[in-house]
Amino acid sequence: MPNGTIAAHEEHHGHHHPALQHHFQDLDQQHEAATLGMWLFLVTEVMFFGGLILAYTLYRIWYPTAWALGSEELNIYLGGFNTIVLIGSSLTMALAVRSAQTGAQRATVGWLLFTIALGLTFLVVKFFEYKEKFELHHVPGPNFQFEGPQSPHVQIFFSLYFALTGVHALHMIIGVGLMSTLTFMAYRKRFTPEWYTPVELGGLYWHFVDIVWIFLFPLLYLVDRSHHII
Amino acid sequence: MFSGFSLFPTQASTLAPEVDNLYLGIVAITAFFAVVVVIFVVYFAIKYRDDTGEKVGAPITGSMPLELGWSLIPFFISIGIFVWASVVFFHIVRAPDQTLDIYSTGKRWMWRFQHIDGQREINELHVPVGRPVRVVFTSEDVLHDLFIPAFRVKADAVPGRYSAIWFEPTQVGQYHIFCAEYCGTRHSGMIGTVYVMEQADYQAWLSGGGGLTGGTMLQQGEALFTQLACVTCHLPDGTGRGPSLVGVFGSTVTLDNGSTVTADESYLRESILTSQAKTVKGFEHIMPTFQGLINEDGVAALIEYIKSMQAGGNRVASAQ
Amino acid sequence: METTVVESPVNYINHKHTVASWLLTYDHKRIGILYLIVVSTAFFLGGIFAALIRLELTTPAGDLLSADVYNRMFTMHGVTMVFFVLVPAVPAVLGNFAMPLMIGAKDVAFPKLNLMSWYIFTIGFLFTVTSMILGGVDTGWTFYTPYSSQGSESNVLITGIGVFITGFSSILTGLNFMVTIHRMRAPGMTWFRLPLFIWALYATSLVMVLGTPVIAITLLMLVFERGLHLGIFDPRLGGDPVLFQHLFWFYSHPAVYIMILPPMGVISEVIACFSRKNVFGYSFVAFSSLAIAVFGFLVWAHHLFVAGISPYSALIFSFLSFAVAIPSAVKTFNWTATLYKGAIWWKTPMMFVFGFLGLFLIGGLTGLFLASLGLDIHLTDTYFVVAHFHYIMVGGAIMGYFAGLHFWWPKMTGRMYNDTMGKMAALLIFVGFNLTFGPQFILGYLGMPRRYHVYPPEFQVLNVLSSAGASILAVGYVLPLFYFLYSLKFGEKAGANPWKATGLEWTTQSPPLAENFPATPIVTEGAYAYSKREMKVA
Repeated sequence: MPNGTIAAHEEHHGHHHPALQHHFQDLDQQHEAATLGMWLFLVTEVMFFGGLILAYTLYRIWYPTAWALGSEELNIYLGGFNTIVLIGSSLTMALAVRSAQTGAQRATVGWLLFTIALGLTFLVVKFFEYKEKFELHHVPGPNFQFEGPQSPHVQIFFSLYFALTGVHALHMIIGVGLMSTLTFMAYRKRFTPEWYTPVELGGLYWHFVDIVWIFLFPLLYLVDRSHHII
Repeated sequence: MFSGFSLFPTQASTLAPEVDNLYLGIVAITAFFAVVVVIFVVYFAIKYRDDTGEKVGAPITGSMPLELGWSLIPFFISIGIFVWASVVFFHIVRAPDQTLDIYSTGKRWMWRFQHIDGQREINELHVPVGRPVRVVFTSEDVLHDLFIPAFRVKADAVPGRYSAIWFEPTQVGQYHIFCAEYCGTRHSGMIGTVYVMEQADYQAWLSGGGGLTGGTMLQQGEALFTQLACVTCHLPDGTGRGPSLVGVFGSTVTLDNGSTVTADESYLRESILTSQAKTVKGFEHIMPTFQGLINEDGVAALIEYIKSMQAGGNRVASAQ
Repeated sequence: METTVVESPVNYINHKHTVASWLLTYDHKRIGILYLIVVSTAFFLGGIFAALIRLELTTPAGDLLSADVYNRMFTMHGVTMVFFVLVPAVPAVLGNFAMPLMIGAKDVAFPKLNLMSWYIFTIGFLFTVTSMILGGVDTGWTFYTPYSSQGSESNVLITGIGVFITGFSSILTGLNFMVTIHRMRAPGMTWFRLPLFIWALYATSLVMVLGTPVIAITLLMLVFERGLHLGIFDPRLGGDPVLFQHLFWFYSHPAVYIMILPPMGVISEVIACFSRKNVFGYSFVAFSSLAIAVFGFLVWAHHLFVAGISPYSALIFSFLSFAVAIPSAVKTFNWTATLYKGAIWWKTPMMFVFGFLGLFLIGGLTGLFLASLGLDIHLTDTYFVVAHFHYIMVGGAIMGYFAGLHFWWPKMTGRMYNDTMGKMAALLIFVGFNLTFGPQFILGYLGMPRRYHVYPPEFQVLNVLSSAGASILAVGYVLPLFYFLYSLKFGEKAGANPWKATGLEWTTQSPPLAENFPATPIVTEGAYAYSKREMKVA
């Protein structure tokens, strides 16, 4: 048969799943497309944070002293607490995906709510950290204050601190929004073991945001602490 | 409109013929390939023209030997050009040992030049023919780029660090200086002239005292060294609170984090202006920063003075 | 043999008529047309800036525009042409329209995201236009710090935000295309049966997905640096202005490949169709696109040879820059070989291909001059660079875009344009282009720096030639506007396959149905199976 001949392709679905969009052949194709799309999106996110982390790395090599000074200003206990909160939220997220997969509607809603609560906890703690920096005039800009000759370089540290954690926090806020939508959809019983793609993709996103924090915490909070902690 | 019109720039430095040969060499190679491809395209387009649209072409899908040939041959030719161009590049970036050093600062929208003997000029640069000259320069505000087409040299002026170009003029005359890195409104007005002079004329110009103020750079540097109290810590015998600066220029310095740097003009400049950036091993981190306390001319004078502190007395000043 | 296509009177253009049905459409074909409108607007806007620049440069003195206005003109010319014409032209206009048709899909994988990308693009464009109305921006399209962060008093913030927003349109389009090409191909459409345009779009999408986020974050840093004065790029506060250049070119060099790879794909399509045979060395052409996309990420610092990078890293970047030239050369040789023993049909799209071959050849070969370290020192930041990248991005990319537009216009609109007029436009553009940018190579070697509002009088002759060429070029670019618009109403009906081409997009009616194909096509052979047709072999 020559190329381009239009052959009637058997329409093998008597009735379509309500979630199937018309331009896909079947749910599998739709699911694979959505998953691949999410992974590609995460690749762009890696590049996005990568640019900032590159700047961070260069300046850390150039100004190690300022980096140590800046890092010591950060509250390692709050940062550590937030790290644990986020790791916990990854677990609850994974359980939410598992519940959706097995068709446990109520459990899905529950674990999603739990995840949202942990995400909000993170944001609240972050808010108090920012507030403290603001009061100490450690927010870069015209009002920045820092004692000592390293002041301009410490300002660069804080610029990157706020850029990295700010962009991360923005991702957390978007994540909480996404989770709320998913919770609503789960509550309305929209997911079945056959189709729970949104929960799975939401999970991928949430884990990614967690992983970013797992990188940010040591990069920002744990610079040159070794000789201060016995 | 046709005054001074030419298709090829003047060759006025020892580097210019090297760069031009490279240029003409690449022109020859690329023109050969361009002509070959154009001949084939035109020949095929006419020979196989068929305006009926009804015929189909021969079923040819490809040829491995051809693919390998036209990948590998250009690749090897590229390597040839790469090696040739890199040799020329290192001639351009590596200044010879004995150069006549001139300091320069770009600022919107002018070039300031400062001679060792103290002469200062704006948008004009007088140099002798037949001597390697090195211009060490920086910028006071945004990026600039010191470009002298007749010498085929160019480098960006980056605020906060030194760049350098070197050239050995071969022909007496006047040549353009351009700013080649966009720097704002009057970027195209940031131009000047290099005057390449016979040795005798140059000496006459030097002693003519054009723009001579405040003595030679060495004298200015020495005065600043005392005035800024550098002398109280940087004792020549190394017993002061700061390291001795005798013989430091060109040496390898070990820093407190264990790394080493070569003490060139950029290092000295950074150590003066942002002393906290690098601390020499074995010394306290106590030197104040002089950012904002001295201008670029002052920094250059200090560096010249430090360069002159060589073991066994002052070195022969490079200008002489 | 020709398949007869049963024409339905209803197609994607006339099945709904309201403005809302266009502005809220999820149809990739309609979104392609929406992009065409915005991109064409931007093209004419950028063209006006270019005309003013060339007019100013006919005399050495700055007599037509003030220095400040001139600087704004070349900046806005660059910003408009790069971010709103060259980057989106082929992928967003032609890619959106033709790609799903060519792989036998009903639409892209994420149609809503596709529409959103267009809105993001348009909003970014409106931001940039707003900044122009407010007085424009004068940093050069490269936004180099510290001028952009402290020196300039123009609207850097709004323009920066506009470009930042537009970046997301690129990212999402790239993502959408990659998923579509992976997951939406019709049964039987294997990777090595894909038309080469699809390979080129795939490689481009890879660059968009990997590169654009970096420029986005870089512009964000610039915006904050300018707004809050953080010191990241300010040397007085310990920052490094050259870091900006690294981050900027890490995207913007690959972006050159975003601009040139898709037109290269178009060239493969058109050259196969009008030579009526396979593209010579299909897999070499396909993989060279990927090679260019990958190597393209490793050469960014060749823009910084005079910016104070170490001579040894300059060596590496120079070598890699030579390496990236090889796949482009391979493509050119393969296209030339494709013509051998073809049955070459001299139609308008093919004329643009001939133009492309000539101009891209010069653009590519002059790239070797700039990759050569010893020569780049003299040539960089002069008109040689200006000429070189215009040969690639206008001579190459826009020529390819026009080839594609003339190739798929009958499919898009169902109408034929005037072939003679089309050929005339191609000729005018080719001649005008060479006259405009040819002299600039010589100007560059003579040492005329780019972005100069006034210049020494000895450069005038070549500048006048260049401006004269630009006026011919302008006529060549305006001409298609007239015969395209004329064809919409008075053009001859095209029929499903006016070029007697292979390719799935030609098996459905022109303009296509809203759902593309009456039924999902099944593919049984490669993209350019002309020789299997029951026709006379030339």
